[in-house]
Amino acid sequence: DYIVFERSHAPGSFFALYPRHRKLISINKRYTGKSNSEFNLRHDWNSLLSHDRRLLFQRYSRDFFPDADAMVRYLEDFASLLQLRVQYNTAIIHVTLEKDERAWNGHYFLLTDQDRQNYKCSSLLVATGTWVPNVVNFPGSEYVEGYETVSINPEDFAGQTVLILGRGNSAFETAENILGVTNFIHMVSRSRVRLSWATHYVGDLRAINNGLLDTYQLKSLDGLLEGDLEDLAIVKDKKGKLHITLRFYLENRNTSAGIDSITLPQDELDNFATRAPYDRVIRCLGWKFDFSIYNRSLRMMPGKGNKKKYPQIKPSYESRSTQGLFVLGTASHSIDFRKSAGGFIHGFRYTTRAVHRLLENRHHGVPWPSTVYPVTQLANSIIKRVNEASGLYQMFSVLADIILLRENGTAFEYLEEYPVGVLAELEMQTGRKAPSGLFVIIMEYGRNFSGADKDVFYYNRAVGEAQHAWQSNFLHPVIYYYKHLPTEHEMRLRPPDWPLPRPDAIHHIVEDFLTDWTAPNAHILPLRRFLENCLGTDLRNFFAESCFLFAFTRQKLPPFCRQGYARAQGLVGSEGLRRHAVEAGLLEDYTLMDFSGDRPPDSHGGSQDQLLRDHVIPVRPLQHLVNAKDE
Amino acid sequence: ELSPQEYFRSLQAGKASLAYFNRNVSPGPQPFLEQIEDSAEALQDYGISVVKVNCPDKDVSRYCAKENALRKAYLFRGNLLIREFPTDALFDVNSIIANVLFALLFNEVKYVETLADLQNVENTLKGRSNMVFAYVPATGTAEHRAVMEAAFVYGTVHQFVLTTEATLLKDAGNDEPDVSSARLLFCHCQRATDLAQPCRRTAMEQALTKLNIHRHLKLMEAPLVTEVAEDPEKVSTVHLQLGLPLVFILSQKETYEADRRTAEFVAWQLLGKAGVALLSRDLVDLNVLLRSNIALKTPDEGAAIKYLVLEDADEIITLVEDKNKVKQIQEDEEEEEEDEDEKENNNQDVQDDQVVEAVSRDKKRELRLDQVLALTEETFDSALLETSRTVVLFYASWEAVSLAVLRSYIEVADRLKGVEGVLLSRVNCWDWPGVCTKENVTQFPTVKIYEKRERSVTYDGMWGTEELSSFITLSRVSCPLKLATIDEAEGYLRGDFPSELSSYRHASLLGVFSTATSEARKAFEEAGNILSGHVTMGVYFEDDALALSHKYEVSPPALLLARSGGRSVESITVSKQSAQDMVQMIRYELLDIFPEITVQNLPRYLQLGKPFLILFSDGDIDQVEGEEMLKLAKGTPQQVFVACWLNLKKTPVGHGVLKTYFATTPLLPVLVWVNLHAGGQIFKFPSEQPITETNVLSWLEKLKAGLEIPSSTLSEEDWKPPLPAYDFLQMMETAMPELPLLHTSHPHGDMPPRHLPKSPGGDTTAQEELSQENKAEKVGSPGRDLRGTAPRLAAREKQGKKHSKL
Repeated sequence: DYIVFERSHAPGSFFALYPRHRKLISINKRYTGKSNSEFNLRHDWNSLLSHDRRLLFQRYSRDFFPDADAMVRYLEDFASLLQLRVQYNTAIIHVTLEKDERAWNGHYFLLTDQDRQNYKCSSLLVATGTWVPNVVNFPGSEYVEGYETVSINPEDFAGQTVLILGRGNSAFETAENILGVTNFIHMVSRSRVRLSWATHYVGDLRAINNGLLDTYQLKSLDGLLEGDLEDLAIVKDKKGKLHITLRFYLENRNTSAGIDSITLPQDELDNFATRAPYDRVIRCLGWKFDFSIYNRSLRMMPGKGNKKKYPQIKPSYESRSTQGLFVLGTASHSIDFRKSAGGFIHGFRYTTRAVHRLLENRHHGVPWPSTVYPVTQLANSIIKRVNEASGLYQMFSVLADIILLRENGTAFEYLEEYPVGVLAELEMQTGRKAPSGLFVIIMEYGRNFSGADKDVFYYNRAVGEAQHAWQSNFLHPVIYYYKHLPTEHEMRLRPPDWPLPRPDAIHHIVEDFLTDWTAPNAHILPLRRFLENCLGTDLRNFFAESCFLFAFTRQKLPPFCRQGYARAQGLVGSEGLRRHAVEAGLLEDYTLMDFSGDRPPDSHGGSQDQLLRDHVIPVRPLQHLVNAKDE
Repeated sequence: ELSPQEYFRSLQAGKASLAYFNRNVSPGPQPFLEQIEDSAEALQDYGISVVKVNCPDKDVSRYCAKENALRKAYLFRGNLLIREFPTDALFDVNSIIANVLFALLFNEVKYVETLADLQNVENTLKGRSNMVFAYVPATGTAEHRAVMEAAFVYGTVHQFVLTTEATLLKDAGNDEPDVSSARLLFCHCQRATDLAQPCRRTAMEQALTKLNIHRHLKLMEAPLVTEVAEDPEKVSTVHLQLGLPLVFILSQKETYEADRRTAEFVAWQLLGKAGVALLSRDLVDLNVLLRSNIALKTPDEGAAIKYLVLEDADEIITLVEDKNKVKQIQEDEEEEEEDEDEKENNNQDVQDDQVVEAVSRDKKRELRLDQVLALTEETFDSALLETSRTVVLFYASWEAVSLAVLRSYIEVADRLKGVEGVLLSRVNCWDWPGVCTKENVTQFPTVKIYEKRERSVTYDGMWGTEELSSFITLSRVSCPLKLATIDEAEGYLRGDFPSELSSYRHASLLGVFSTATSEARKAFEEAGNILSGHVTMGVYFEDDALALSHKYEVSPPALLLARSGGRSVESITVSKQSAQDMVQMIRYELLDIFPEITVQNLPRYLQLGKPFLILFSDGDIDQVEGEEMLKLAKGTPQQVFVACWLNLKKTPVGHGVLKTYFATTPLLPVLVWVNLHAGGQIFKFPSEQPITETNVLSWLEKLKAGLEIPSSTLSEEDWKPPLPAYDFLQMMETAMPELPLLHTSHPHGDMPPRHLPKSPGGDTTAQEELSQENKAEKVGSPGRDLRGTAPRLAAREKQGKKHSKL
């Protein structure tokens, strides 16, 4: 039983206004050459998750960077087609707690809307986004226009000189819009520009908005500067031009004197960079979470450092201080800020589903969905997921698939897209047991590859050989093996920037230019060896004939024969395949033997098992071709 | 502590003592006294006693009375004063021992100041004895003490020469001597023959300590080249005992002289670094390659001797001097030698999965996929409705086992071409995961047979063309088939099947039920549903069912079983009432009594969990033997074992089985008892005896009594990983030892991340920014002190003035 409160009269009201210039920077990739719907979600950054195929965003826009209006339409359809219970025009202005032992979490949430109407609930999911614009206060900040209201008509900027405060996508988007009509644009912010193709973080400056970088580096008058906005001051002269000065000059000023008495930096340093006056100053400094509606008792605290725009939450997306309060959507980005995609639709659609599964288990006794497979399917189940799973791919380093091994080692249970931050609590959070070890399947970039100052185009940046897979730089699957579930203590002690503590063994599947990890020798074979060595068993496949031989010559059968052939489900194999196996030296052809009792036995003997081990004809990889090292 | 009288009385001739005269009144040079006391024990080792003489107050004897006697120590031998030491020359234990020994060993250790002095000493020694030449930057140092202590021991063997003049060192072969560090050279003067030439010298490379000097001298005394005539494993020389490697030059009679010269040359080069031995291959039977000419034995416990092929004497020297190089050369050698082995044996990246390899070798061949309709998410549902029976293979195009099955499936399609009412289709789950999930397909491959949308059966048999075709065909007929008249029922038992089944004749099973036994009939029908596709089953439950049962002497509920030969009809009374029990019973009853075992049917017999009595035959079995065996099988109560035979022509893998059992192939036919599930012993029926029921039975009795010896026992080894995996954890550890991940109990782990030492794995930019922002936050927080900002900015301007910054 749920209800959604929406302040506006329609869903997605943020998108009705933002982005101001209406171009979404989340890609709407309609063609991938594949029909796999799960895989295609890896390259669909706008759709929400649902069972309804009509609710794919590509049905709403043909543009690669769609118009924001399409998103508004999409969200309206999403809410109505799925008959979501949304109460519009309801602005929650206050949230407080009411202690009650009968409540799920020992308290109810009491919500008050703008009409003093009260609502009571057991679980509160906060998905209010970050909508409060960041502002800076400095002398003269009253002359600054905000991104939320600034004109989007380039004509209004014709022949003007513009200063933009901020260095995010909104700042560059604003600049991009007026780049062709202004005298020049200067852009000021505290830190250097972070290019998303260098950081692998989609929230950093995207190439579609970066025209100003060109005009700056090609000396076409536009420019970027670093500086602390808190130190600034803006002074308006008699002609209405805006001058940059420093705050501390103003403090020494004789207040009664006019503009002329104010020291400008160029008075002391006559080649001061921003000595030219501006016609307009625009603030594009991003947004923050609205903390104001929560009663103190909920202790909704801002995060630390660069995460202060987000509320503090646990890796399970539950509030740090209030049980039963979960933060979803963009506001939950503190978990993976500047790392993964949790702040964006293509990321939080999966973390939200994870929260749903956590709550299903916690309050409704529905354990985390899982499938049980025989151990022979271990490599297959991993290969299937790393090749198509979109949640793992989008929420790399945050969501992971978990394989729980059953006690006798003949079967395992597969759980999808669990938040790794709460791996230690797995048994409690999912209602599943991890009695004899587990694998964690996660996607990662190379540890030292991404960063604002990194050269991501250097030669030999890609690893091609499986034996060097751990040095892979681009997004690739990593499998951690633990004999026991890591404890909370171990999770806390994990090295910075590592999603998980030290495993008992680790495997990297070598990065792939096509993100297709199905190559039998480069991808699947090393994975099989890793799994075999973790489990201490032989996970090879065998034709029925080999199983027959093993059945009569060994007391034990390999898992593939035990779970297939011995249950009358052996792999007979076509004649052609058998011939190939014989040619490869992996299957002995006994039909060639001419046996009559009195003749000495064939001399090129050895049991078949011996053959399997020893008579492998080497297939040397074509080093140059498999290497993606040079383009 | 003695009084002067006591002291002088105690002095013995030839015995040295160091005395210090002390007057009670002066609290004077106490530190010196402590050093003297500390060195007493060490001096004692050299037979020198240390005495503190307490002078009485009014003593005016020679030493007590002396004005400055109290600032000196006196060295006596017997009662002869050898040396007076000012106390400032005896500043610590090292200087005390060095100076005292220096004074006592006046003859053994010559002190030289000029080059001429050194040459004089050297010349007099030539041909007589060796010289140890030491340079110390100053006397009284630890090095000086070490040299003196060595001289105390070796002084009578070698002539020691000491200098503090660095210029002498320059002439001793060191162009740019480091004058601050002591050096020791061993001069081989004893074997010097040419008086005009200086003696050959071997510098000690280690620091001058007592132990190192001792070691060096030991090595110099050892024979230059040791001749050995035994296995290098057993050879031990002083070099090995002192932790140095021993190089063997492997010699032969023909090359002995040259080898001897090489050995000596090498030995001179390696003097002090390794020993050299000359090993005559003619005298020792070495199990190594003939081309190996060098062996290296390292002092490490248990290290194997490395046999190498080197081309140049210099290589031996580099080999010893650069230990890393040893490893590398050796690895190269090993690689060369074991290259072939390695390729076959130890190559992790070589495919050793027969199915995967066979499929990838087959990938270039175009499959005739047009035989099999490819279904998609869009067409799946409509396709099922079009044909009365749709067979669907769910597979993944990257998965080897399902690709192997796909090949058989195409053959099935070929075989069933033209059969009405059956559509063979496939769904690639890699393209259409939604369909597969919806159809509850969790494993690849899966074959399902859909009857419209109403009913579906999942195939659970062998993945072979034959079995799959048979299943598809049989499942077209309802199971059990309802027979309407008694004639039909009789015909059914005779083998008059519906035409579509004619090519797949199995044993047929007829259930006979009266109206009173409808419950059993229901169970039978349910069992039929389960066994559909695997078994042909009919049911007859008309009023005259009793007539049928009378004929076969059973009372309903009963089953009548006609085996594929159709020779006779067996009747079975049904006592089980549940469908599951019925399935079990039917499966069991369908097993043959003396079957020919094949790859395809073995699992059904394996599931019984009984020992096997197998007659291996090259082709069909002898009729007489077959009959004897059949008698035996029938006669054994409750079938405690599976009696069967194996046609090696039809099941050639049986050769592999025999080879494992007997190493060589025995005379055929051969009768073998295989204790598959208990112990794995293999027994062979004596070939001289004819295979008859009685012979075999008595042999089995003997087996049971433990009177026979097994020919072999099956390995009970577990199926371990065939090869190791890449150890990425270890590679990371090696490449980045400082990586904190790899130390679980990292002490810094508890601290907030910004205090952590920057790891190479860490995102340093992020950390930097974090701290920057923290700073900014601190300064920029509301209500901040503005005066704090201005100087900071001013300072920035002064130093920076960079235009890219405000």
